[in-house]
Amino acid sequence: MPDFLLEIGCEEIPARMIEAGAKEFANNVALGVQQPPPYPIIEESSVWWTPRRISLCLHGLPDQEPDVESREVGPSWNVAFKGEEPTAAALAFAKKHGVSISALVKVSTPKGEYVGAKVVRRGRATVDVVKGVVETELAELHWPKTMYWRGKAAERFVRPVRWIVALLGDEIVPIEFAGLKASRSTRGHRFIGPRNVDIQNPSGYEEVLRSSGVLANPYEREQVIRKALDAAARTIPGARWREDKALVATVVNLTEFPSVILGGFDAEFLDLPEEVLVTVMRDHQKYFAIEDANGKLLPHFLTVLNTDSDAEGLIRHGNERVLRARFNDARFFWQTDQKLTLRQRVDLLRSVTFQKDLGSYYEKTLRVQRLASSLAETVKQSGMAVRPGIIHKAALLAKTDLTTELVKEFTELQGIVGGLYAQVQQLDEEMKPDVQALISQAIYDHYKPESMEDGVPETVEGAVLSIADKADSIAGMFALGLIPSGSKDPFALRRQANGIVKTIAEHRLPLHLSEVMADARSRYEGSDAEKKFTNAKYADSVRGFFRERLEFYLKDIRGYAYDVVNAVLAVDSDDLVDAAARAEAVSEVRSSVDFESISIAFKRMKNILRQASEKTNVIAMRMDANSLREDPEKELAALIPQTVETVERLRSTHDYNDALLEIAKLRPAIDKFFDHVMVMVDDDNLRANRLALLQTLVKEFSTIADFSEIVTEGKEASTQS
Amino acid sequence: MNSSNSNSLTFQELILKLQAFYAQRGAVIQQPYDVEVGAGTMAPETFLRVLGPNPYKVAYVQPSRRPADGRYGENPNRLFKHLQLQVILKPPPENVQELYLESLAAIGIDLRQHDIKFEEDNWESPTLGAWGIGWQVMLDGLEVTQFTYFQQCGGVDLDPISAELTYGLERLCAFLQDVDSIYDIVWARDPETGREVKYGDVRLADEEQFSFYNFERADVQSTWTMFTLCEQDCQKLIGDFKILSKPRPDGQKPDLSWFPLLPAYDLCLKCSHYFNLLDARGAISVTERVGVIARVRALAVGIAKAWMDQQYGREKKSEKSGEASQSTAKQKKGKLTPALS
Repeated sequence: MPDFLLEIGCEEIPARMIEAGAKEFANNVALGVQQPPPYPIIEESSVWWTPRRISLCLHGLPDQEPDVESREVGPSWNVAFKGEEPTAAALAFAKKHGVSISALVKVSTPKGEYVGAKVVRRGRATVDVVKGVVETELAELHWPKTMYWRGKAAERFVRPVRWIVALLGDEIVPIEFAGLKASRSTRGHRFIGPRNVDIQNPSGYEEVLRSSGVLANPYEREQVIRKALDAAARTIPGARWREDKALVATVVNLTEFPSVILGGFDAEFLDLPEEVLVTVMRDHQKYFAIEDANGKLLPHFLTVLNTDSDAEGLIRHGNERVLRARFNDARFFWQTDQKLTLRQRVDLLRSVTFQKDLGSYYEKTLRVQRLASSLAETVKQSGMAVRPGIIHKAALLAKTDLTTELVKEFTELQGIVGGLYAQVQQLDEEMKPDVQALISQAIYDHYKPESMEDGVPETVEGAVLSIADKADSIAGMFALGLIPSGSKDPFALRRQANGIVKTIAEHRLPLHLSEVMADARSRYEGSDAEKKFTNAKYADSVRGFFRERLEFYLKDIRGYAYDVVNAVLAVDSDDLVDAAARAEAVSEVRSSVDFESISIAFKRMKNILRQASEKTNVIAMRMDANSLREDPEKELAALIPQTVETVERLRSTHDYNDALLEIAKLRPAIDKFFDHVMVMVDDDNLRANRLALLQTLVKEFSTIADFSEIVTEGKEASTQS
Repeated sequence: MNSSNSNSLTFQELILKLQAFYAQRGAVIQQPYDVEVGAGTMAPETFLRVLGPNPYKVAYVQPSRRPADGRYGENPNRLFKHLQLQVILKPPPENVQELYLESLAAIGIDLRQHDIKFEEDNWESPTLGAWGIGWQVMLDGLEVTQFTYFQQCGGVDLDPISAELTYGLERLCAFLQDVDSIYDIVWARDPETGREVKYGDVRLADEEQFSFYNFERADVQSTWTMFTLCEQDCQKLIGDFKILSKPRPDGQKPDLSWFPLLPAYDLCLKCSHYFNLLDARGAISVTERVGVIARVRALAVGIAKAWMDQQYGREKKSEKSGEASQSTAKQKKGKLTPALS
């Protein structure tokens, strides 16, 4: 039962791609080796990766595939044999299945006698199976971006493949790819290991690499890095490094043998905003920031090396030098930028493209300003505290930082830089400090949330501005027909829509999605951009798009069950604050016994109504209580008006829990109804009225959620028909 | 400056060392191209040489002019004009990364004492219709080289692929000499007197004056005019080539090896430079910008296609599949021209 070890040696694979690529490849190989089905299941497999290698080990493979036995039927016996003599037909059949003439037997079938043979297909040797699978999977592995390096007739891969190690037990598997033949020779770390080193057998792989300066296991590298970051940070009393999972993942995938060094910078740079310093360190230099116990930035950084040490201190010196230059640049940009105020920059936005068909950021600014003001008005009318004047001012300046040197250099600081400049510049002679603070906060926050983990804008004003900005982008793109599909979403419209949903929900804004988006669309009226609009089904496509976003938010972010989400969104998906509140209420009551049976009953009612309409049965326009005959149905009908009244009163004050409990009180009456009353009777009038009773129930009590969407485990009632 | 400074290479020694390194490995050492370019890639020794099937190895220093990057000589890290060492290895040898690392060792960098990483950085030039896959090479946190496997150039899929190594010479030298300002780099040191000439002594006036001109004085109207004139001339040449290269009635392709495509490419480069200049002047509006880039790209793509045709159009057929294809070519000819036979 040998192990199979494979190592694909590459030039440096991009850090952001390697984990997914390695896992997919290992998975595909493991799956491929287990096909066809009689092949034994691989009990255990491992996958490792570094920037220069993807490795996997499949444990305990059999020496060969099992043989497969089958019975084959050939030509008619009379055609195959003339007397004792086999004809060409018999010879061909025997040859095709690799059996001798003497092994052919007579098979009786209803259609007559035929030639048959027991055929044993020998399982291939595992070495051949593995070779085939690996060669196929290498050729077919998906990468976000691939390249040629040996010319157009040759293979594509994420980066050039330079060596392959493939061992089945002690033996080399002669895999060929990219003009290479597999061997047992791997390579050590570029600078601290031997150029070549042999792997004798799979079990020794990790150890051989370790002694060649390579930690093949990414989880081990992460542990090493975290420990080293801790240790280096501890050399400064009271300091700690700023946790940054994404950055840790990046450096894990940039190193074969990580170590950490501490560097420092001149404390005078701490006068620059922390946002700028951290961005330079993290995004441009991949350094970890260090802070004191109060979270205040310290003039130090940590960097992860792809080598064992910095004995001479040259690496530290070099990195400090680079950071100094970067910080000097940032300071220079900061100072240069103050020569023009944000207000003066508004005009410069005319020459910054927003999108080629949607015009400049100047035009966008004017649209967003109007849209934001309109949304602010809606918010204000609902009685929420909001200052439309702040939003109006902030919207005008929000995009002006795109013309600053600092944002041109550090694009990820857009918005933040505008906010910081709005803090330090004089925006208006008469402006009160609190107003200025609110304006700058709104600008600072207006790209937020940039992901579902990111926070929403701090203030209502920032929230409204953020929504208006994103809604304007989505409206323009959708109107142009640039709708995200599958993995294609070049303008990150999904992320922006998720941002709108999250912001409305967390600020509990009284904004309805369809109205926001119709409003956003209307701001393009009469513009040059509008002439290029092609999407005639704007409202529908936007509604469908946001419905998906809302589902995602309620399910994946808020954690409501999918059936609850379906139930509440079936009623309305426009007012998402309300939808979230309803989802919360339904989630709370759904597990109660009464509610479960209400759900079952509603499903039943809907089925009956559907079947009735399929059979074109008449449903009475209005239920006539006098036409009802049995006590249970009369009781149920009598309960409806007062329950409706109570539910509606509770619903209007958003007391959804109580409203649902009120509905649940109908349970005994409904159960009794179904136990004693047959709906689909022959009497037309009676049937029409009973259907009307059900219709009334479904209609009146589906205003919070469509209970029939709730999944009830194994308690589905059989449908009455 | 400190003592390590006087041990490390001067700017000109750095260039000489790198050139010698690649000369020893069989590269042609070319001289800088004498038309303004925004990057070493744009010089014909890269743009045109990477096209077609012929292997080639070349290294050259190329001044790279980017008017918008000028800082009036006030910023210690940024220049209007910087120098790149551009290396093209076509096709790339199997050990191309190791070769590159050896070149760092050759200029005195002890690889064991430093931290070197190859970090993903793909290169693209919309103006040239060119892109490639590669890395930025980080040396102790400093990007010193762009390393690219060219995939497409002038809209033409490349075959074979070329590896392009672009060394940022000022950065590399400032690193070696451990100076914080480019202008403090020692360009030359007199071996007898030890007298030093600094980068600033050689180049500062350049930066000051060109920044001033590029940002404030370049006449927008006349720059537009020059752009348009060069574009028209270039278009005319490309158009003429297309007409002339149509097969003659006998099916033979005319010999156009004399046709001035190289001058046409110079005109394209001039357009690109005028575009950069207008951009620095802030004279190109939103709507225009994308359009102007497309105009320059159209020239670059037109020339690349014509160049393929001129240099490889005829040879390709006979070279590629040797005798066999020649005979099919003959047969075809026979079929196509029965009246003449």
